[in-house]
Amino acid sequence: MRGATHARWAVCAVAVALAATACGGGDGGSGETGAVLSASWGDPQNPLEPSNTNEVQGGKVLDMIFRGLKRYDPETGEAQDMLADSIETKDSRNFTVRVKNGWTFSNGEKVTAQSFVDAWNYGASLKNNQRNAYFFGYIEGYDETHPEKGEQTADTLSGLKVTDELTFTIALTQKFSTFPDTLGYAAFAPLPQAFFDDHDAWVAKPVGNGPYTVDTYTKGSQMSLRAWADYPGNDKARNGGVDLKVYTDNNTAYTDLLAGNLDLVDDVPASQLKNVKSDLGDRYLNTPAGIIQTLAFPFYDKAWNKTGSEKVRKGLSMAINRDQITETLFVKTRTPATDWTSPVLGKDGGFQDGLCGDACEYRPDEAKKLIQEGGGLPGGKVTITYNADTGSHKDWVDAVCNSINNALDNERACAGNPVGTFADFRNQITQQKMSGPFRAGWQMDYPLIQNFLQPLYYTNASSNDGKWSNNDFDEFVDRANQETDTAKAVGLFQQAEEVVRDNMAAIPLWYQNGSAGWSERLSDVKLNPFSVPVYDQIKVS
Amino acid sequence: MGRYVVRRLLQMIPVFIGATMLIFLMVNVMGDPIAGLCGERKCDPATTARLKKEFGLDKPLWQQYLTYMGNVFTGDFGTAFNGQKVTELMATAFPVTIRLTLIAILFEIVIGIALGVVTGLRRGRPVDTGVLLLTLVVISVPTFVTGLLLQLLLGVQWGWISPSVSSEAPFDELIVPGLVLASVSLAYVTRLTRTSIAENRRSDYVRTAIAKGLPRHRVITRHLLRNSLIPVVTFIGADIGFLMGGAIVTERIFNIHGVGYQIYQGILRQNTQTVVGFVTVLVLVFLVANLVVDLLYAVLDPRIRYA
Repeated sequence: MRGATHARWAVCAVAVALAATACGGGDGGSGETGAVLSASWGDPQNPLEPSNTNEVQGGKVLDMIFRGLKRYDPETGEAQDMLADSIETKDSRNFTVRVKNGWTFSNGEKVTAQSFVDAWNYGASLKNNQRNAYFFGYIEGYDETHPEKGEQTADTLSGLKVTDELTFTIALTQKFSTFPDTLGYAAFAPLPQAFFDDHDAWVAKPVGNGPYTVDTYTKGSQMSLRAWADYPGNDKARNGGVDLKVYTDNNTAYTDLLAGNLDLVDDVPASQLKNVKSDLGDRYLNTPAGIIQTLAFPFYDKAWNKTGSEKVRKGLSMAINRDQITETLFVKTRTPATDWTSPVLGKDGGFQDGLCGDACEYRPDEAKKLIQEGGGLPGGKVTITYNADTGSHKDWVDAVCNSINNALDNERACAGNPVGTFADFRNQITQQKMSGPFRAGWQMDYPLIQNFLQPLYYTNASSNDGKWSNNDFDEFVDRANQETDTAKAVGLFQQAEEVVRDNMAAIPLWYQNGSAGWSERLSDVKLNPFSVPVYDQIKVS
Repeated sequence: MGRYVVRRLLQMIPVFIGATMLIFLMVNVMGDPIAGLCGERKCDPATTARLKKEFGLDKPLWQQYLTYMGNVFTGDFGTAFNGQKVTELMATAFPVTIRLTLIAILFEIVIGIALGVVTGLRRGRPVDTGVLLLTLVVISVPTFVTGLLLQLLLGVQWGWISPSVSSEAPFDELIVPGLVLASVSLAYVTRLTRTSIAENRRSDYVRTAIAKGLPRHRVITRHLLRNSLIPVVTFIGADIGFLMGGAIVTERIFNIHGVGYQIYQGILRQNTQTVVGFVTVLVLVFLVANLVVDLLYAVLDPRIRYA
């Protein structure tokens, strides 16, 4: 079969050379833009609405069918103007947004300032149950459209005002200098009137303003996207379209890729990492993504929150042999973490290689000493809680525990505590039932250092699951958000990160890479900082 | 016979209520389903409250169960977390799994019984020993190993089949997955038929039939097989429900979006509505299959007819 495939491509190559026709893989190309590729997909967990999608699979689609005010550069992660002509502010609190002229939705509707304001009002409104509503939390009037308790008293955000067809103003409740850079997140996408007129029809077949349009969508099995010929942006799709196929198991997707039934997998299964080089050669990509894995602590538990505890936490961190685990267990698809952000931010964005210092290096002797100085492990041992249903968390938690046990010369110092499902795991975390460190993964919403620190470590922040609280940290973050100069703001965030380091508020483990493998038909496959393939740039031969 | 059927139908009611209630309790014991909905981040309290209300999770459990069962009888199985009606999910998942089960059952009946008869009639011969060995191998190798191996060999190495089943899941694509799904049961059916045939071959009525000078094929099909099939029918009948619910492994390997896949997803996402809905239907399938088996008994052996 493989031999036959090779022969077919050879024939195709000749045909292309002679007649410059595209060689479709049986799917049929759409002429000028080229052939359609097929890619692996997972079933989105929530209804596909921009402000309701908070996981990668739904995010993939939104990235293909929507363009927002800003867009993160697929390579550098930098937020660049997309639909925004300009976003101006004098005080980092009141912003004037001018939307570019000439953009339309694929159903012909014009993208105006109203498209954004309506979409954001919809997202923030409590009665729409949007999972990403908190993204609008900085905008004035949010507490009226989305109160903590009870009914909402307003349907629209008072901080949003349309001043003319293509201009609107945003008023925030506090200074937030990097706010414009957050606008590349999918939750801030504009919505056409069709969304509000017939919501059910829209959800069944979403209409956006991105380079692709949804051709057919069979929930739970496949979504066919086609290049939108009249797309006004400069990042037109370089292929005819993408068929996203739902796979229940990434192993099957990988097998399909090997058998020539699938063109692109964006999650090479861990068990295949050893073969991937021989299977795919250079048609395999493994690049850093904005994901960091950490161990968080229950600071609501007195045992973990007394004087000297930080020494215990540092000691535990030193007892983990990150290099060995990432190399043997993850086959270098993880990079040992040396700070609390991610390399995708870059130096200018606030990533500091080695910020963690000795505390993130494997030093078994010092680890033992530090833990003793800090009063020993609470109750003589630690348990690391994790969810066992996805992501091979069991493997690395066991490895981490082994490493700790070896370093401390104590077989019983550390043990894993698996929780059956992710839902139950989250459940136990929100009910503050953790009695020891627990797995905390963080995938960034947007490539800003703010996103790696504030939601996780600010007092009572949305993802501060361990309930860590530190005045110095909060103060640095507040000051950073007020700072209009980006470089200075980043500097202040880095100072805040040093507070996290000095207290070892969470143990950084490793940065996660995104991986992808593809068939011989494809070229120019890249992953963006969110570890999602940049579909519109892929060329199909 | 009529009264027997009515009595059996009445017996199904408490079983149905008990089974659904157990499932309901089990899914709910796993904790708060909303907790996993917002990813690594906690849902804000207001949205949590709204979502709970929407899915009816804010009421006490007994009330949830009553409303749920009330709705079920009107054909409303609730809404899954992704906004789809559970009945919609069922409409896509059940036809696929039914096709898969049909193929598996066909394999069991055709190959299983044929091999069973052949070996039962030739006890101790090389054919018998060979098939016995083969079934032993099939039983002892886990399904996922057989599945992955066949997928790798037939799908990737030789390219005879597609390693994954497309979303429409037509009959021809389901043949290999159906065989994998059937494999273990098939081996049991073979062994069961073989033993039963070998045992009944020496019975008086078979000797009488032979002595009467009936042709061999008539002795085997009308006399020997009819009586030997009773345990086999029981097994296959119970297997229908088992195959439909237990196809999770096979469905995962071959990417079949059937019942097993939906239940698996439902459990992972702790989606009460999906899990309870699908299991409710499966319980019904089990009950009906059992009823049919009991009725078939009566057909096969008139002595078993109650009342």
